[in-house]
Amino acid sequence: MNQDLVYFFSDLVQYLINGLAQGSIYALIALGYTMVYGIIKLINFAHGEFYMIGAFVGYYCLMSGMPLLLAFPVAMIGAGLVAIVVEKIVYKPIRHAGRIPALITALGTSLFFQYLGQGLIGADPKAFPEAIKSVTYTFGEVMITSTQIIIMAMTFILMLLLYWLVNHTRTGKAMRATSFNKNAAELMGINTDKIISITFFIGSSLAGAAGVLVGMYYNTVEPMMGLIPGLKAFIAAVLGGIGIIPGAVIGGLVLGVAENLVVGFWVSTYRDAIAFGILILILLIKPAGILGKNRREKV
Amino acid sequence: MSSPLLELKNLHVHYGAIHAIQGLNLVVNEGEIVTILGSNGAGKTTTLHSISGLIPTSSGEILFDGKRIDKTPAFKIVSHGIAQSPEGRMVFPDLTVFENLEMGAYLRNNKEEVDKDLHYMFSLFPRLLERKKQLAGTLSGGEQQMLAIARAYMSKPKLLLLDEPSLGIAPILVKAIFDAIVEINKTKNMTILLVEQNAFAALKIADRGYVIATGEMFMEGKADDLITNEEIQKAYLGH
Repeated sequence: MNQDLVYFFSDLVQYLINGLAQGSIYALIALGYTMVYGIIKLINFAHGEFYMIGAFVGYYCLMSGMPLLLAFPVAMIGAGLVAIVVEKIVYKPIRHAGRIPALITALGTSLFFQYLGQGLIGADPKAFPEAIKSVTYTFGEVMITSTQIIIMAMTFILMLLLYWLVNHTRTGKAMRATSFNKNAAELMGINTDKIISITFFIGSSLAGAAGVLVGMYYNTVEPMMGLIPGLKAFIAAVLGGIGIIPGAVIGGLVLGVAENLVVGFWVSTYRDAIAFGILILILLIKPAGILGKNRREKV
Repeated sequence: MSSPLLELKNLHVHYGAIHAIQGLNLVVNEGEIVTILGSNGAGKTTTLHSISGLIPTSSGEILFDGKRIDKTPAFKIVSHGIAQSPEGRMVFPDLTVFENLEMGAYLRNNKEEVDKDLHYMFSLFPRLLERKKQLAGTLSGGEQQMLAIARAYMSKPKLLLLDEPSLGIAPILVKAIFDAIVEINKTKNMTILLVEQNAFAALKIADRGYVIATGEMFMEGKADDLITNEEIQKAYLGH
């Protein structure tokens, strides 16, 4: 085979691997975006901050000598609990105030946590402890790191768990019922406030998991780290079809792969441009997203 | 006559600035089928929603089994023994027929009893058994209505509230649905409060009826008397 072709294909595989690892992170964050949107129709722009909080909880746990297997769930629970509190004291009082006030409140909450983080922790990046010795495996021209494998494996496991929870548990069915219509769910005896809290908790704990994984991947954490991944995950959720759980996964992976292909084959500074370009395109061509469909009520 | 299961006493409900229910008094006795009739916007659905706790009442009382329930949140009303099949059916489109019925039994833990009721509903509505694994959103309007009633029944309530079960449904299915309502009432001695715009069909199966107009009681009486009443015939039965 032509040597150039070999290089091209190994590059392609390399970018796909990098893209899937990156996309897994986007997908984990996007899941929370889409779940919260699905249940209360709120674009929670503070969602990226729950990811940041998860990363910091993980950071402090690991710094205190906690093993990764413990730090990981603690970070998830930490991010989830913060989200429950935020929902109760910030979002719940304005639940019926309309979409624009909710959106503005979410943006304000996002800024609040970004600057609270800078005030409490400082703006400079912190070196994330090396929880697991990173090993690089080489196959010909293609490399994959143990961290990338962990990211993809953890994402896969968490998604399976989420799938099981949403589709096969009583709480999951109550979540789907609530996301269709809150009143109809209440008529079943479902405490929808509780279901909304649980949804915030699960969505944010997934973001918290992503935060720890990113800390392991890039070895740094900082209070503003949630901004761009939060926006990217929002794009991923819209791309897949906001409110649709499998859509978030597809959107995240597509976005991660697209970014890495553009960065690899074209210009690395276009990484963010491609993401926002995709957002504009999808809103122009298919605003409901890849899996989105228009539903009509039956008579 | 048996004891009152549900009592509305001088009930007032506001929707923002609109005074939707203006001093409504209503009694439903155990074992009865009672119907609330009235034109669009008369306050029928509002009445059911305030019983179910979906809308806050402004003043007056709602008593169920002798206990006040008008300040109880909606999700707790079900555990008192009131279930509602809401207007527009509101079945969960992304859940299967079976899962919808499971949601109806959300608060029940006795699996055996739930299974028994499930079988009863499937015998009453064989269509639902055929479509057990289908997403509820893919059902026809009539099938969705059957599902909505069955789902409400699955909480095994003492009082079943039915909001416009005939709305937008083929006449042949309307008959099947009304037969099922009578069957549930007779064999399970379940009390039923039925809101209908199809006054004739409702009065035919009801024991008593209330006619409300713009949030106030217009007329009440035995179903047989209402059905022959001239004013009612003119206004609601199209004679």
